[in-house]
Amino acid sequence: MVRALIGAILVGVMCPLVGAYAVTRNLAFIGDALAHAVLPGMVLGFIVGINPAIVAVPTGVCVAVLVRTVSRRAGLSSDTAIGILFATMFALGLVMLSTSKTITVDIEDLLLGQILAITPTGIYVSLGITVMVVLGLFAFHHWLVFTSFDPLGAQVVGKRASVADYAFLVMLALVIVTGIQAAGIVLVMAMLVIPAATAYLLVRRFVSIMMTAAALGTAAAVTGLYLSYYFNLPAGPAMTLVASGVFVLVVSFKRRAPV
Amino acid sequence: MSLRDVTVEVGGHMALSNVTFDVEPGTLMGVVGPNGAGKSTLFNAIAGLLPVRQGKVTLHGAGQGTGALAYVPQRESVNWRLPVTVMDVVLMGRCCRRGWYRRPGKRDREIVNACLGRVGLWDYRSALMTELSGGQRQRVFVGRALAQEASVLLLDEAFSGVDVAAQEVLVGVLQTLRDEGRIVLLATHDLTNLTGRFDQVLCLNRHVCACGPPNQVFTSEVMEQLYGGHGVRLTMDGDR
Repeated sequence: MVRALIGAILVGVMCPLVGAYAVTRNLAFIGDALAHAVLPGMVLGFIVGINPAIVAVPTGVCVAVLVRTVSRRAGLSSDTAIGILFATMFALGLVMLSTSKTITVDIEDLLLGQILAITPTGIYVSLGITVMVVLGLFAFHHWLVFTSFDPLGAQVVGKRASVADYAFLVMLALVIVTGIQAAGIVLVMAMLVIPAATAYLLVRRFVSIMMTAAALGTAAAVTGLYLSYYFNLPAGPAMTLVASGVFVLVVSFKRRAPV
Repeated sequence: MSLRDVTVEVGGHMALSNVTFDVEPGTLMGVVGPNGAGKSTLFNAIAGLLPVRQGKVTLHGAGQGTGALAYVPQRESVNWRLPVTVMDVVLMGRCCRRGWYRRPGKRDREIVNACLGRVGLWDYRSALMTELSGGQRQRVFVGRALAQEASVLLLDEAFSGVDVAAQEVLVGVLQTLRDEGRIVLLATHDLTNLTGRFDQVLCLNRHVCACGPPNQVFTSEVMEQLYGGHGVRLTMDGDR
């Protein structure tokens, strides 16, 4: 339970920090798509017998880059390119999972998360990834804000804008792969988006949104974990419902002027 | 700054053909033309955002992507959902003037404060961008260009959604920058008051129709090249 608690706190901090960018950059859908698209990478990790994050993170980054390439080459919108790639990769992952004879992991654990079964190694990996993401966000913060607000203006100023964009995709993939362990493929999007969206309604400035989202995410993850423990509920859905409940409460009383 | 025979293709279509003109330091130039004339394409090519198929763009004393060139995009290109303050936006101009991991230092803050004062937005430094009027937003972007220490400013459709009084304030700021030796290019649909506002006007319709002082370029031939039959009628109304 202590390991699960630490894992929940790490996910509760990390997902909303990156989620604040995803929500304000209109990238929430790509977060969901990446969560599904990393499945083949995770399955490959299980087949080879290494930590699934080692294969899943590069898979996620490749898919994110492919979205841009497919969208440009085929003249399609990003939404359509995301739809094609997300479905294809998820299907590939399911086929790999069903044909592999060596995998012992249950598809339900991947879809809904299994934080109570997190191993000590899993905690160290999550901790390492959290530290990397926080440091990455700190280092790239000003460029990320610049490219998020005015992508063309930032691109004109220098190549660092593109580097920051790719760094963000790497961080997004890292966070999603780690978040899947706690909340599962289906619900990792909730931890990424809901606390950030709630914070967007509560505070004005972007940095405050990031901090508030991390606090809300941690509270939702911990509360959800305890509820799941005492009422024998699946942990991922419990965390999601707590986060959603807070959002519904806030959106009933607060509103942000449309832009 | 000089452009020589610049040809740009967008999506397999010729967007600009053999565009040639020079701009001296200390020039405020208006770029006019109908919708689809290639004004934004021209700015994107100068800024290095679009590849030039043929010809050459030369920014004397500064290369593309060095921070010497500042681009103020059209309103639609900006993500207004991101809640940033006026101060945050002007600070973005200092990004290219410091290392990756460096936070904005005392000198950066001093420069940003001075730039906010110059564009007349010191009192609005803590306001969110979405709380400002169209003219004020444009001045914030000009402030960012100043903080960036840019010598060339490109403003795409800067008068769009900006009332006449706010346009005059913006032009006043841009004229000050021109007087300091900067090159300022501003794309606009608005053909009124060009004489009082700009030193030079570039008339563009996929190629250069004319380039020169505003009181000399708008001949009936140029207006016809720009706007077809409508252009001729506009000229006749002007003559009357």
